[in-house]
Amino acid sequence: MSDHSHDDHHGSELGEMQLRVRALETILTEKGYVDPKALDLIIEAYETKIGPHNGARVVAKAWADPEFKRRLLEDGSKTIASLGHVSRVGDHLVAVENTPQVHNMVVCTLCSCYPWEMLGLPPVWYKAAPYRSRAVKDPRGVLADFGVTLPKETEIRVWDSTAETRFIVLPMRPAGTDGWGEERLAELVTRDSMIGTGLPKVPQKPPQGAA
Amino acid sequence: MDGVHDMGGMDGFGKVEPEPNEPVFHADWEGRVMAMNRAMGATGAWNIDMSRFSREVLPPAVYLASSYYRKWFLGLEQMLLERGLIGADEVAAGRALHPAKPLKRGNFTVADVERIMTRGSFSRPPQEPARYKPGDRVRAKNIHPATHTRLPRYVRGHVGTVDRLHGCHVFPDAAATGRGDNPQWLYTVRFDSRELWGPEADPTVTVSVDAFEPYLDFA
Repeated sequence: MSDHSHDDHHGSELGEMQLRVRALETILTEKGYVDPKALDLIIEAYETKIGPHNGARVVAKAWADPEFKRRLLEDGSKTIASLGHVSRVGDHLVAVENTPQVHNMVVCTLCSCYPWEMLGLPPVWYKAAPYRSRAVKDPRGVLADFGVTLPKETEIRVWDSTAETRFIVLPMRPAGTDGWGEERLAELVTRDSMIGTGLPKVPQKPPQGAA
Repeated sequence: MDGVHDMGGMDGFGKVEPEPNEPVFHADWEGRVMAMNRAMGATGAWNIDMSRFSREVLPPAVYLASSYYRKWFLGLEQMLLERGLIGADEVAAGRALHPAKPLKRGNFTVADVERIMTRGSFSRPPQEPARYKPGDRVRAKNIHPATHTRLPRYVRGHVGTVDRLHGCHVFPDAAATGRGDNPQWLYTVRFDSRELWGPEADPTVTVSVDAFEPYLDFA
């Protein structure tokens, strides 16, 4: 198989891959194994329906509703499934809670396991060698790559997703959000804060005179 | 297998580089590869562990030099060829030349899309009671199977504490080689970073893996 040569540009790999992927899809389609319209629907679902907004709603609800949070930490799959409208989550989803003492971070060192139903498809960095190699050995260094510094006494718990269990981090609710509703809270929840490589957004102070 | 995919703890790969406003796919073909993988997996042509293994056996230099979806494509093409679902002559021609083979769960159609949007369950009824309980000290076995395993190298031989019991699940080592589900108890086992990386490691860090019972011994 020909691979990158030294003067190979990224674009030429795309050209080669476009051709090879198109050829394979043609073969699978002509044999009837797959319907290209079904492939379109799968792609569309991940481009438009399934993404970090699903997880953000779960986190916001946990921030707003202590009973929901208790159940979420006890049985992630069952509790999220009970919401129905958020996302159709399968089994084996585990939510882990950040506290002032403990910060959680999720990785898959062996491949790219990730809570698709809550966060959509993983970003490139999550699937790439730098993160997969370093998250378990130097999580503070990885956090620094994301511009995140935690107090040096904070315990860091790294969860390597080596089975079919999937982990989502429940970040700490930002200060200054008392009385906020779930929808407003959800806007503060970032994808990276649910992986553990980021923190939620800091709420903007409302303009003076606003209710 | 002790492949380059087992990356935990390796040095030299550089900084993590998050991409602001990253698109879901960086090229149209990436989406087609993702969807073809999901669709063919749903036909029962292989299981998820066979699919993972197809990428693990890529030559190390290819694995490291390929983008994520290129690895998925190479694994997919190889699995289709190995099962005789497509022929090398068809790949060369870029079109079908032979009749299709029957698929375990039938061809993948629009009606199947809904079904695959929720992950299947990997829980299975236990054959025996769980050997360990949370709080138990366990040692990850020093094993090096040449086939698919989900026990990463960096914990092998090390002692940790059982943190959680997740129930009894399909055993990837068996499923990847077509030996059925062979259900095994699954545990989260947590290790002190100094146990894994030596006395100079950050004492505030712990790392867990999800380990199947056959991977563990009492410490």
